[in-house]
Formats: sequence, C-alpha cells, structure tokens
Amino acid sequence: MPEATTLVAGEAEGRALVLDEPLSFWGGVDPATGDIVDVHHPQRGANVAGRVLVLPSGRGSSSSSSVLAEAIRAGTAPAAIVLAEPDPILALGAIVARELYDVAMPVVVGSRDEVGPDDTVVVRAGPDGALVRRR
Amino acid sequence: MPVETSGHDRALLSGSNGDAALLAMRIVLETAEVMGADRLIDIASAHVDGCLYHGVAGLEFAERLVAGDAHVAVPTTLNVGYLDLLHPERYRGDGATAANARRQMDAYVAMGCRPTWTCAPYQLHNRPGFGEHVAWAESNAIVFCNSVLGARTNRYGDFIDICAAITGRAPYAGLHRDEERPATLVLRLDGIPSRLLASDALYPVLGHVAGQVAGAAVPAIVGLPRDASEDRLKSLGAAAASSGSVAMFHAVGITPEAPTLEAATGGADVPQETVTLEQLRLARDELTTANGDELGAVCVGTPHASLAELERLATLLAGRRTRVPVWVNTGRNVLADAERLGVADSLRAAGVNVVTDTCTYIAPLIGHAPVMTDSAKWAWYAPANIGVRVTFGSLEECVRSAIEGHVVRDAELWGDA
Repeated sequence: MPEATTLVAGEAEGRALVLDEPLSFWGGVDPATGDIVDVHHPQRGANVAGRVLVLPSGRGSSSSSSVLAEAIRAGTAPAAIVLAEPDPILALGAIVARELYDVAMPVVVGSRDEVGPDDTVVVRAGPDGALVRRR
Repeated sequence: MPVETSGHDRALLSGSNGDAALLAMRIVLETAEVMGADRLIDIASAHVDGCLYHGVAGLEFAERLVAGDAHVAVPTTLNVGYLDLLHPERYRGDGATAANARRQMDAYVAMGCRPTWTCAPYQLHNRPGFGEHVAWAESNAIVFCNSVLGARTNRYGDFIDICAAITGRAPYAGLHRDEERPATLVLRLDGIPSRLLASDALYPVLGHVAGQVAGAAVPAIVGLPRDASEDRLKSLGAAAASSGSVAMFHAVGITPEAPTLEAATGGADVPQETVTLEQLRLARDELTTANGDELGAVCVGTPHASLAELERLATLLAGRRTRVPVWVNTGRNVLADAERLGVADSLRAAGVNVVTDTCTYIAPLIGHAPVMTDSAKWAWYAPANIGVRVTFGSLEECVRSAIEGHVVRDAELWGDA
C-alpha cells in the first residue's frame, strides 16, 4: 500500500493510466476530449478522462495549470493525478478548479511501482498524507 | 508544515483588501505548501501568462478576480494572448472563441497589468536586476530570467502568476533560494564542427537535448562560444523548457552565475554527460515531422523576435519575394522600434507577415500547410496545437527554403555531407 504525499486533497477512484514519460497538459492534452495529443509522447492517443493518471512529472509549459483546470471544468480531466515528483503547475490547476467549481481532484506524489496499467486504483489525499491503493 | 505569514499576509487573508486579494493570498499560501516553502517573500515584479485563453475556466478565474476588485501590487507585464490585437484581420478562428479570448485579455488589463503581450518580457525596458526576486510565468521567460538575467523566479504557471502579482508575495522555495541554483548536471559539448558552433541553429537543438537529458534539473553547459548572444541563449532556454522542465541553466563563462564551472556547480561533484554532433542531428530530425521537402510556410520568432533578429531576417531576405508566406512573431514594443528604424518596411517589402501580441502556433492564423521554423519550441508544440507538420532548420535554411518554395538543407552545417 504505497504511502504518498498530498499536494491537493481529495478522494477518487479510477482505472490507472500509467505514463512512461512526463506530460505537458498545454500542447499535450486536448481539454475538450481528454485525449493526449502531444505528438512526441509515447502514449499519444490515450484518453485521461476519469483515469488515475500516474506519471513521472509534468513538463514544459506553464499554461498547463489552465489546461488542467479547463479539463476539470469540462469533465475531461483525470480522476486523480499521481506524480513521482511534485509539480506545482499541475497542483495549481486542481486548486483553482476547486475554488471555481468545487471539484476536489486529488494530486499526490508517490511511488508508481505498485500500480499496474489498468488496475483500478483508489486515491485518498488528506492534509496529513495520502494513500494510493489497488482495489 | 504551516507557512509563516506576515502582518500583510494576514491582512489580505482577513478579507480587508477585498475578495480577490483574499482568494489570491489563499492560493499563494496553498502553493507555498505544495512547494514546501516555510514562508513567503516580497517580489519586485511579475510576468503573467494567464491572459492566454485556453477555455472557460481561465476566463472565469480572471473575471472572478476582477469582480473581487483585484489590482496588481507590483509592476506586472503580460504574456501573449490568443489574439493579435494590432492585426485582427488575420484571425481565422470562430467569433465566440475570439470574444472570450478578448474578455480574458481585457480582464488582466483591468487588474492593472501592462498590455505588453509578449513572451519575451526580457526584451522590454526595466527588466529585473541580478538577484532580484520576481514571479514570472511562461516557461521560456522563466528560464531566461534565472539563467541570463540572474534574477530569481520559480517555474510559475497560470493562476499563481496573477495571485503573486496581486499579493506582491511568492513562496520562498526552489530557485528563489541560493541552495537550489547551482548546477546539478554538467553537459559538455564534444566534437561539434566550428560552423555549427558559430550558427544560431546550434542553440535550439542543444536546448532540446538539454531538456531531454536534464528534465527538471539545472544543467551547466560547457563548450559554448563566450560571445553567445542573448538571442541565442533565449532559443536554448525555450527549447530546454519545452522538451524538459528546465527553469535554469548555466552557460559556463557566459551567464552571470557561471563565470567558471566551479562557480556553476558550487564546487559540488555532479554527473557529467557529453553532447555530440550525432545527438544534435537526432534532435534536429526529432523536431521534424514533415515529409521530404514539403513546404507551405515559414514561421520564425518563437519566442518573440528581438530587433536584432528582425534585422537579420530582413538582411537575409534582402527584399526578395518568397514563394511561400513568411511569418514572424514579435512584441509590439519591438515592432515599434522596427517601424522607427525602417526594418518593418523592409520585411513588408519581402512580403513578411509580422504578428504581434500572440504567436503563430497558438492562434488560428496560418492555416495547415507544412511549416519550416528555426524554433525548437515552435517545432515541438505546433503539430499538436495547430495541426501542422514541421521541418526544423536554421534561419538561413528557412529563408532559402521560403525563396525556393521547398525545404533546402545546408548539409555541410550539420555535418551530413
């Protein structure tokens, strides 16, 4: 049962989408559909909507906060984000979406080792820490 | 860990300065927790990226701040928006998106930000001084600010940028701290032919490799010519902040915190990697998604062209008409200088389309024909953003190709011959 750190609190459950490379939401995810559109990304064409998105880190653009917030508003965002490295830019997108739309999408930092592709995963992130566990 | 607050911070949190200041302070503090900061610091200025429209959420956030009586507390410049306000006739998108995008740009001006509309705020007057704490967003601006100016900013994104500007405060974490600024990785150029070393084209491909190798680390680059210009360092940083998350690099012997390798690393023993000609050629090819020599347009000026870059483009074109359209992005401040000096006229004489306030890979301006560019950042993002295939090349290759109407390579430059 991997222990994780909370960046943004919330609870969610979804099928894991484990990315092999960092992802920039801006230029990388179409917020209208949730599709990964970055032509350089090995998982181009996968859809992040409703998934527990497990990725090494964010990448590139500082507009990714806006694109994530827009995806949350549009209902195309991941159910939760599990990062290997903290990423304030993605956390900000979730924080602002919570302020605007009262949707709490958890963003946590934790190990990806115990989450396999397509596992159904529960993420519980509170002020004192987070849990990422297979169902 | 709770973040220590000042009297000013607590006053904003009490709501006495209005709802927007309260919301902004709350977001700054929550970001400080995410970043592991134990306190906030004063910032001298801000550069805001949130004015670019990506959908309703960003617009609603900006208008909520305006409704809460938001005003920036420090001098604040604005990044590009979705619209070229000086050349609106070129817009090919739908009207509803344009209306929202305009509302978003207007909201940031209403908060007291300067309508600079450029991703190269370091080309404006009054840029941050060495060691000064600022809050800059826009990945290329961030890396330039830290690396070339020696001012201090973290990798700020949309939302936190304007919240820092409204509160005048930023989390004391990351690159604001002395301890985080030394290089954690050395990249050593090895066996690069002198012609490529002397060419603009080296810098974006090297930046692309640096971003891939460094990820979010601070690389120190050894082996660049000591007279590398700010424009060249700009394209290096922009590329490294696209293929990776680089927020600072040291160019040893060039950038202000790296007079020597030892100064760049702080004397620490850090991993070393070499960068070879083969890697640079691979980067060039990786940035190319077009087929063969197909060419429909040339796009340069990403990040926004400096006056020197506009002059160079005009010189290379020498008034010749091109077979495919040539687009160059620049700041309205730089365009004003170019108008005064006659550079804008010589670009127009060659048929060049000068875009301000936005960028050709963001806004619907250029259509969908295959494009050649000298910008690794443009080449990296445009295929997904606007659905074009791209060829990466040097500015000379771009201009020759535009004149001939198909992609022309300088094989000798890249050691392909």
